[in-house]
Amino acid sequence: MYAFEYVKPKDLDDAVALLKNHEEAQPVSGGQTLIPTLKQRLAAPTQLVDLKHVHGLSGVTHDNHHVCVGATTRHMDVEQSDILHHHIPAVAELAGQIGDPQVRRRGTIGGSLANNDPSACYPSAAMALDARIHTNSRMLMAEDFFTGLFMTALEEGEVITRVDFKIPARAKYMKFPNPASRYAMTGVFVAQFHDEDGVRVAITGASEDGVMRHHGLEAALNANFHADAVDAVAISADGLMSDLHGSAAYRANLIKVMTKRAVSAIQ
Amino acid sequence: MTSVSININGVQKTAEIADNTLLVDFLRTEARLTGTHVGCDTSQCGACVVHVNGHSVKSCAMLALEADGAEVATIEGMADADGSLGVLQKAFQEHHGLQCGYCTPGMVMSAADLLKTNKNPTDHEVREWLEGNICRCTGYHNIVKAIQSAAAEMRG
Ligand SMILES: Cc1cc2nc3c(=O)[nH]c(=O)nc-3n(C[C@H](O)[C@H](O)[C@H](O)COP(=O)(O)OP(=O)(O)OC[C@H]3O[C@@H](n4cnc5c(N)ncnc54)[C@H](O)[C@@H]3O)c2cc1C
Ligand code: FES
Ligand code: FES
Repeated sequence: MYAFEYVKPKDLDDAVALLKNHEEAQPVSGGQTLIPTLKQRLAAPTQLVDLKHVHGLSGVTHDNHHVCVGATTRHMDVEQSDILHHHIPAVAELAGQIGDPQVRRRGTIGGSLANNDPSACYPSAAMALDARIHTNSRMLMAEDFFTGLFMTALEEGEVITRVDFKIPARAKYMKFPNPASRYAMTGVFVAQFHDEDGVRVAITGASEDGVMRHHGLEAALNANFHADAVDAVAISADGLMSDLHGSAAYRANLIKVMTKRAVSAIQ
Repeated sequence: MTSVSININGVQKTAEIADNTLLVDFLRTEARLTGTHVGCDTSQCGACVVHVNGHSVKSCAMLALEADGAEVATIEGMADADGSLGVLQKAFQEHHGLQCGYCTPGMVMSAADLLKTNKNPTDHEVREWLEGNICRCTGYHNIVKAIQSAAAEMRG
């Protein structure tokens, strides 16, 4: 690891000021991605600004239409949240499938969204549940937030503070985990709303551009919310990842299989 | 350099350290407790699992400064006061839950955390819980057996 200074501000303004005043400062939350990255010397921040002690960034609340999850809320807290179990159990289940218990004990939703790993789980929930991602300075819809592989619309020094998931009528996340890393080889989040949003299908782990929606699957499921409706949808392998874990065609098939499993679980 | 003070197995350890010191390195080189192992560079193997304020974490994926003021429990703290093995450790020995022993400190610490909240886990729950602990020797069966036998003994 390169040398850095570790700071743990208690208030959001101080955290943002530290990040803005030091060009090479970087936020750290659960550290489950960043610390391994630092160990490999793939990042060289001069300051690590720990967000875990910043007041008001952690916890789960809700209103009539959204469940709101603070950025430093850990995966295990999401997994065990009564509010999520009641309103969007699919999100609690998703969190419970991330990595292993020790990763879930420290990793946070804000870190996961900011990192936008193409195989991470949360980005699919954010896309399918039309999430609002709040930062210290603005609010972005999930669709505008994720901009590509490991890329987001966050600017230098901008900090995610909260995520609001829109409450669906029903939803399910189905993940085919990579047996070694536990990340998604392909994960599909299906949500059905009773308003103009209809059915939203978001896929992680498959596309070369990171998380994506699949309009073909959405149209088919809007017409008939049944696993059989998925059979007729052509899933193109164009733009899907090919790597040592699986070819693009294999991932295209996984999209179909995982979507069917998700829909059959809630149809 | 920054001052850090961590209670390790009941003993307060204070030192001046570089900010980028990992908790596992603090335990092994500053506190000289080498029972906590490092088995990978990617935070995937679980050989480094310790408890921070009662909960299992990977000490290779945490800075020592993040544990400032905390209570840390390591494998060295699992033995009874007279140095004899604790219930979980004995069960690993009894059921041949280790071969080379490299993964064992992490396995024991991870299992101890599980048994705090789930006193009567199913085999499936034990296996799910050990997702982050890799063993290259045993094939896991005897580890699960050891944990189940310790759980039964703890239930009395
Ligand atoms: C063994 C292992 C298995 C895993 N398996 C999975 C899996 O199955 N599915 C999955 O989705 N993930 C998985 N992960 C990743 C895990 O979920 C991480 O916790 C997560 O991706 C990052 O969250 P963090 O809080 O640890 O972030 P950190 O590591 O602290 O930070 C990650 C990045 O986000 C930035 N950041 C952090 N918080 C904020 C914020 N609030 N605002 C702006 N930027 C911020 C940091 O600067 C850094 O660049 C796994 C990790 C490990 C080690
Ligand atoms: S040393 Fe492998 S997970 Fe910590
Ligand atoms: S006993 Fe050798 S790695 Fe587990």
